[in-house]
Amino acid sequence: MTVHVRTLDELLHAPLEADSELTTQEYLVNMGPQHPIAHGSLRVVVRLDGETVKEVIPVPGYVHRGVEKMCEHLNYRQVIPYTDRLDYLSAIMNNWAVAKTVETAAGIETSDRIEVIRTIMAELQRLQSHALWWGVTGMDLGAYTAFLYGFREREIIGEIFEETIGARLTMNYIQPGGLMYDIKPDFAAKVKKLLPYLQDCVEQYETLLSGNVIFQERLRNVGIVDGARAVALGCTGPVVRASGVPLDLRATEPYGAYGKVQFNVVVGSIGDCWDRYYVRLEEMRESIRIIQQLIDGIPEGPYSTIRYNVELTLPEGIHYGQVETARGAFGVLIASDGKQEIPYRLHFRSPNFNNLWVVTAISPGWRIADFISIQSSLDLVIPDIDR
Amino acid sequence: MQFVHTIAAAAATNSTWAPQTLAQRAADSAPHSLWLTAGYFLLAVVGVAALLSFLGMALIYIERKIAAHFQCRLGPTRVGPFGLFQTLADTLKLVFKEDFVPPKADRSLHMLAPFLALLVPVVLLALIPYSPNVQVADLNIGILFITAIGGFGVMGILIAGWSSNNKWSMIGAMRAGAQIISYELSATLALLVVVLFSGTMSLTGIVLSQQDGWWIWRGHAAGFVAFLIYVVASTAELNRTPFDIPEGESELTAGFHTEYSGLRFAFFFLAEFINMFTVSALTATLFLGGWMPFHVGDWAGFNAAMDTIPPGIWFLTKTSMVIFVIMWFRWTFPRLRVDQLMHLEWKVLLPLGFANLFVAAVVVLTELYPYPLAK
Repeated sequence: MTVHVRTLDELLHAPLEADSELTTQEYLVNMGPQHPIAHGSLRVVVRLDGETVKEVIPVPGYVHRGVEKMCEHLNYRQVIPYTDRLDYLSAIMNNWAVAKTVETAAGIETSDRIEVIRTIMAELQRLQSHALWWGVTGMDLGAYTAFLYGFREREIIGEIFEETIGARLTMNYIQPGGLMYDIKPDFAAKVKKLLPYLQDCVEQYETLLSGNVIFQERLRNVGIVDGARAVALGCTGPVVRASGVPLDLRATEPYGAYGKVQFNVVVGSIGDCWDRYYVRLEEMRESIRIIQQLIDGIPEGPYSTIRYNVELTLPEGIHYGQVETARGAFGVLIASDGKQEIPYRLHFRSPNFNNLWVVTAISPGWRIADFISIQSSLDLVIPDIDR
Repeated sequence: MQFVHTIAAAAATNSTWAPQTLAQRAADSAPHSLWLTAGYFLLAVVGVAALLSFLGMALIYIERKIAAHFQCRLGPTRVGPFGLFQTLADTLKLVFKEDFVPPKADRSLHMLAPFLALLVPVVLLALIPYSPNVQVADLNIGILFITAIGGFGVMGILIAGWSSNNKWSMIGAMRAGAQIISYELSATLALLVVVLFSGTMSLTGIVLSQQDGWWIWRGHAAGFVAFLIYVVASTAELNRTPFDIPEGESELTAGFHTEYSGLRFAFFFLAEFINMFTVSALTATLFLGGWMPFHVGDWAGFNAAMDTIPPGIWFLTKTSMVIFVIMWFRWTFPRLRVDQLMHLEWKVLLPLGFANLFVAAVVVLTELYPYPLAK
């Protein structure tokens, strides 16, 4: 069997056919790398027939920095800061993926305290990420006010991170064997005070956008991905859950403190943009629930079980670990030769890369505005695609 | 002082409005003194120009402040007291920017388009009755003229989009063309309802016809429905959210003005704001009584009390309210999709507008007004 792989050149120079009896023809436009929908620098070439999308050709790579290659020269602790710069809205969860893989491979034990703090931090970040996504979706659909509401909550959670970690975006917090810094004595009190406020905010989001008839018109029954297709495309996270597939690593293979808490895996029904929207809103509520259950009983103890300067060498072989970030399953594959304290080869399985191809698969036939809704509902973070 | 006396006299005698336009004054003074005529002419030109620049400054500042407070922030606070000079600073910045025309653009049309876009609202500014004595010209075919000139506004946008030689601009301009021409139908149907009610096309005549009550409630449901249709259709004609698909920032980067920068971009921006004012002023004039104080049928005492508030204030208050509502739309609603926009116009607003016009005709024929016209 031979498979003809169409190159980018072929895709971009295919004949521009007309789809009607009028003397019209299709045309190509570049959405990105400099375009408001790019949310960073994703280039998407769209073949349009009037307002109708005929073909979507993503051209990733504008933020390619060769992170995986660089990681081959870094020890495992040094890899952590690089993961912050992939999906920067899930920095802590990305850290966790590396830490978890290294811990499992090297047999490092962590304490309850460490796992509980990791879980709280990860859920706070999920809230932060979803709040930002909600705002950006509003902006993409033309409701600019939503954008600033989303950023308001992001800032408030960001302050808690800043106080504990010292950074707001690239946090570099979870380390193999523990945490970078201990939490402040008033951390629990502050987070507890924040939770009711965030609950109100989610209700506010509902009032501001969810009930709006224009907003629903723009999202409902647009860009439907059924469960089988979502799985076939390798989607994870809210995108696959919106299609009715209850795939959530927090529940299916519990790590951290997720085994100890009660929470629902939110699933959608038909997998349209509205489901993807609403799954994330519900997930914010679930995240708040998870934090509520953990925040009162943070155990005492040290914040790291190993010393920083300890030499970490993984046993020979291939080690894989994954966590559920705000956008789906983030996996780390480490091939170690068992001799050096650096990976022989390292690969990140990033959720956004797989989620991106939903755009290609389902956009044709929809209007330009629907393409915006679809791309916005996937919540893409571009550096995570390009790596 | 003449002005103040006229208002005072009008207020005292109740319902003896004697509107006088600048054009009328100029014509009256022509036999006596040509200098006076020229003076009135100059006053009209300077007045409209001053109003234009003032409105540009004020509305942009107000929009920014309103947007800010909708969005849990403060808006401009640094430049001048309460950030009042922010618009001035922004304008200065735009003035000093390079006047850039893309190399492949149609140069002359590209440079002409912003002026065409601004021309329409400026002409309309001269027709609006701000107060009994403050109006440049009152045409007996006012409504017809406004519709005709208003329809011309789309030319600026179409030319801008076409001459830019940019796909985004082109899509934006085509969207604008389809949208503005479609919604003009509904807007005109709504205007016709008021023309039916008042029996005149002159704007001052329409204001005077609302002496016993504004058309929004005196025309039964027909007046109110026409008001709603007009507000929706004119928001669409303004290309403002939720109908801002010609600009559609997240889709078309900036739509028809993607390739514009500096002062020419500012002209489109200014045109949008002045358009917003003229549309609001027309809504106020046609449906909310314009400068006419709030009168209720034969409640003489109440009407006299209302008359003590100067007509200019009434006009400003009503117009500001409509402007606020239009800004409120913008900072609350998401954007419609193109086909949804067309669906709203051709399948909802237009049939509703026709039905409404019919109902209005029945109301006028049977003279079913809640309060009879003062004959």
